[in-house]
Amino acid sequence: MGEVAVHVEKLSKQYHLRSGGRERYSTLRDSIMNVFKLQRNHDRREGVFWALKDISFDVKPGEVMGIIGRNGAGKSTLLKIISRISSPTRGVIDLHGRVGSLLEVGTGFHPELSGRENVYLNGAILGMQRSEIDRKFDEIISFAGTEKFIDTPVKHYSTGMYLRLAFSVAAHIETEILLVDEILAVGDADFQKKCLNKMSDVAQEGRTVLFVSHNMAAIRSLCTSGIVLDRGEMRFYGEIRDAVQFYGNLVTARDQQETLNVADVGFTNVRVAGENTDGITTGAPFKASCTLHLQVALPGFQLFCILQNEFGEVLVHGHNTGLEAHAAVPGIYQIDVSFPALWFRPGLYSLHFKLMASGLASGKARFVSNTIPVDVTGTVTGEALHGTLTPDLHWHMVGTSLEVHVQESKMARP
Amino acid sequence: MLTSSSQKSHIRIKPERGWVSVNLRELWQYRELLYFLVWRDIKVRYKQTLLGAAWAIIQPFFTMVVFSLFFGRLAGVPSDGIPYPVFSYAALVPWTFFSNALSQSSNSLVSNANLITKVYFPRLIVPVAAVLSGVVDFGLAFVVLLGMMLVYGIVPTSVIIWLPFFLLLALITALGVGLWLTALNVQYRDVRYVVPFITQFWMFASPVAYSSSLLEEPWRTLYGLNPMVGVLDGFRWTLLGVSNSPGPMVYVSAFASIMILISGVYYFRRLEGKFADLV
Repeated sequence: MGEVAVHVEKLSKQYHLRSGGRERYSTLRDSIMNVFKLQRNHDRREGVFWALKDISFDVKPGEVMGIIGRNGAGKSTLLKIISRISSPTRGVIDLHGRVGSLLEVGTGFHPELSGRENVYLNGAILGMQRSEIDRKFDEIISFAGTEKFIDTPVKHYSTGMYLRLAFSVAAHIETEILLVDEILAVGDADFQKKCLNKMSDVAQEGRTVLFVSHNMAAIRSLCTSGIVLDRGEMRFYGEIRDAVQFYGNLVTARDQQETLNVADVGFTNVRVAGENTDGITTGAPFKASCTLHLQVALPGFQLFCILQNEFGEVLVHGHNTGLEAHAAVPGIYQIDVSFPALWFRPGLYSLHFKLMASGLASGKARFVSNTIPVDVTGTVTGEALHGTLTPDLHWHMVGTSLEVHVQESKMARP
Repeated sequence: MLTSSSQKSHIRIKPERGWVSVNLRELWQYRELLYFLVWRDIKVRYKQTLLGAAWAIIQPFFTMVVFSLFFGRLAGVPSDGIPYPVFSYAALVPWTFFSNALSQSSNSLVSNANLITKVYFPRLIVPVAAVLSGVVDFGLAFVVLLGMMLVYGIVPTSVIIWLPFFLLLALITALGVGLWLTALNVQYRDVRYVVPFITQFWMFASPVAYSSSLLEEPWRTLYGLNPMVGVLDGFRWTLLGVSNSPGPMVYVSAFASIMILISGVYYFRRLEGKFADLV
């Protein structure tokens, strides 16, 4: 039997809902009033919401596990219970080793205190001993690059500086088990890259990491295994590549149920085809296609092809009105959209078609096709994680130098 | 392979219901965090307020001035043969510590919600830090008390060796009541509106402006059920040398104070698991 670092067994978490919201504090006044109004008290017990239901998994020492799912799927609740912030309703968790949780950068930072003071305060909050902080202090501030301002109150720091210092403290926690929640979602691209590089160092040090992120590229490059949560239930547990794929299917399956199609209009066979069938390569052209079924005439319509990233941001909102003449009559239409190479950063994207009709007797109408996952693959170098697009650039440099030795020294370190 | 894992710490997380024990070893492990939280509270308070340290003195001192004028001079409240200003100020110093401790601690978990919802540590540390951070203010006000005793020519007798006991009693009482209010304030958010009323009411129910020697004996001992009675009388007895010692009333106060602390700790622990969900 192998060793286990984190063992989670039949974990459930229940919240009581009050008037549609999450569990909230009440007021003494309400509680006193309820003594006199017994039936109102009864009503409150009704709304019960399971944030997590029967979650079981094991994480081996040195394993980096990704936890993926939509917002509200229970990812953060799971991390909060494992880090002992919130207590479970049912189930057991065994943790073998010291646990450090990084659910937010800069927890407990106080604007009035200096950088130095905040490093000590934040370190203590994250569970570091004073001697440990003393030892790592120089390393922490040099990693953050804030040596000059270390005795300035952090309220005078720029957002970037503040985040760098906060992350730097957190990055120096040395626990056997590390829980990380969505820290890559804050800060600029430079900061995110730094976080990601540090995370991959941590992963390679043989520490056990549980990692929550919406960034599929990061999840894929850092994690070895993964679980997929959906509405509090664990829907998948296995290899990270399969987990990401499962999540992709889950996202699109859900969208299909929410599609606004009526009987008269329908999109089928939404597909994306590149050089290989199951995805597209970042630097290659590809084609999106679908079949449009029209039972009625739709005058004054517009057709869109929409490509979104994993955060739901619309990257391409392709639009063509030149098809109007065809769609005026009922029929079955094959639609093909050719895309040039878009050089998107590898990751999970999604695509769907949309139809808007403005000339109907009932006014405007909108029809949406189901959404399909688009897995963009390609080789990413560390530098390429820096932007949304990763075009293959060709550099060329010409110039006339004034002095020979200046040119040499400049060119030695490009 | 298996031996290495036995050296590592093991934590088991399971649902907690009902009365849970207090993990003193864990509290001890987090003593540095307690130190840093106290240090932060003090540092921030003295950095942010314009008057800084002066504020710690102004509050009890001006109350003393008002009390001396109205209760001492106009109403002629007896003060056990001691000049009324010193008599009232000796009680106002521990009282101010107590009332500040209540207002600071009752709001401590809510104002530290960002910590509670993001990091694990024994939650008891937060209200304890809030109470302890008032000790510096207490110290400053106490120095002024010594100055006043010098001015009025009051020399403490040998009973001053009991002063640390009453300091401890003040701390235990503040902590006990503070824990009750902290936990209540998380569960019922309107408790904080009641706290100023409680402290005001409590002040007039305690011998701050008057002497407990106004009461006849069986009642004076019973009066000790209000633990602040023991604290205030103890301060006057040890510092000002009030002739009659407080007597059995002190034991009643000490007992009441310890009961409040123990019940406060357990009530707090009972709700602790829910704090992150409620805050």
